[in-house]
Amino acid sequence: MSSKNVRILIAKPGLDGHDRGAKYIARALKDNGYEVIYTGLRQTPESIVQTAIQEDVDFVGLSLLSGAHNELFPKVVELLKQNQAEDIIVFGGGVIPEEDIPALNQQGIKAIFTPGTPIKDVVSFIEKNRKT
Amino acid sequence: MKLIQGILQGKVRPLAKAISLVEDNLIDKEELIDQLYPHTGKAAIWGVTGPPGAGKSTLVDKLIDRERSQDHRVAVIAIDPSSPFTGGALLGDRLRMQRHSLDPQVFIRSMASRGHLGGVSWGCSDAIKILDAAGFNTIIIETIGVGQTEIEVVELADLVMLVLAPGMGDEIQAMKAGVMEIGDLFVINKKDLPGSEKLKAEIEYVLNLSSDNPEQLPPVILASAQKSEGIDELWKKLSTKYQQLVKSGYLSARRKERIKKELSRIILYKVHHLLDKKIALQDNIDNWAEQVYLKKDMPYTMVNKQINRFKKEMRLDDSKN
Repeated sequence: MSSKNVRILIAKPGLDGHDRGAKYIARALKDNGYEVIYTGLRQTPESIVQTAIQEDVDFVGLSLLSGAHNELFPKVVELLKQNQAEDIIVFGGGVIPEEDIPALNQQGIKAIFTPGTPIKDVVSFIEKNRKT
Repeated sequence: MKLIQGILQGKVRPLAKAISLVEDNLIDKEELIDQLYPHTGKAAIWGVTGPPGAGKSTLVDKLIDRERSQDHRVAVIAIDPSSPFTGGALLGDRLRMQRHSLDPQVFIRSMASRGHLGGVSWGCSDAIKILDAAGFNTIIIETIGVGQTEIEVVELADLVMLVLAPGMGDEIQAMKAGVMEIGDLFVINKKDLPGSEKLKAEIEYVLNLSSDNPEQLPPVILASAQKSEGIDELWKKLSTKYQQLVKSGYLSARRKERIKKELSRIILYKVHHLLDKKIALQDNIDNWAEQVYLKKDMPYTMVNKQINRFKKEMRLDDSKN
């Protein structure tokens, strides 16, 4: 019965109330065999990071449609580092302009999935980066 | 083990890592648990169970407030079902408790049932020990939404709260065996909905029927978790009930019973694995099934043949040693 299950936190930082995307991805990841923890709307980076640590997740997926991704996504990465949890991989999704992506990647957000991304791309990202 | 020091100091990361270790059932967990075990036994363990949507998570959220007002450190294990098809799970209980996420004295952990059927998960009993050793005063186990037979929480908790809501059936439902028998305390949540008073009366009636000692009857409390009504009463009754358990000596009886069950479970699990390997069930089962399907062997003849073969091999092993 021993097996390492991949655990993923799906969280929505910031103030927008558009959670269709976050719920879609949570459900799709569940259907692909992952354990998904869903925290709901309007989470602060601090509470996302504390949740990620308590839940001992392998990945944090951030969904944001308000335009605050350039501040909030890197903040999550930074707080994880401050809590010695930099091994938790952060990815993001939502309405993110193409030109913002390189800078986000550079600041430690491992992947950005924009609207219309097929779920299999997200799954293959997780499979490639998961701890075995 | 480095983890152990961290856990005993109450550090969050090692604690969370250790729970993953027992959830994933890795072999290191045995040493971990045995080393932590001397530090356990101090926490009060509450079980919260009831059908899906009765309001268990919201109620737990409110109980966390009351415990924090006493400066108690609180840990919650919230279990949701794993998909039997994909193994995946959507763990959403913590959504209702998220406002406690920044309180360093509150630790919330979501767990998937991972194929376990009793309303909890395999890792749950060891996770409780880890949290207990880490010094939490109160540990709350929230089961998956249960039907009528998932009552395993009673083997984990000192005290079980059964959360119900109106609109789920008449008093005959309340008389059935199973989940209705494990409540030390009944909460009728969503009391503002029609039928809550009636449900309370029905449950009290049924409880009266089955008890010779009216003093010992489990309290039935009307509450609305969402509107924070009835929570103080519930919380007070909980504390009184717990004090009673301690004073009457029933708590230690319960805990001994729990250890008995747990040891049996682990021994049987390990024996089962040993046997599985020895009989080589996985390698042979296709062939055996084929024989039975073709009626070349009858089911019990086949089973007994394999058992006898196994017994003979065991004897050979014994004489070798």
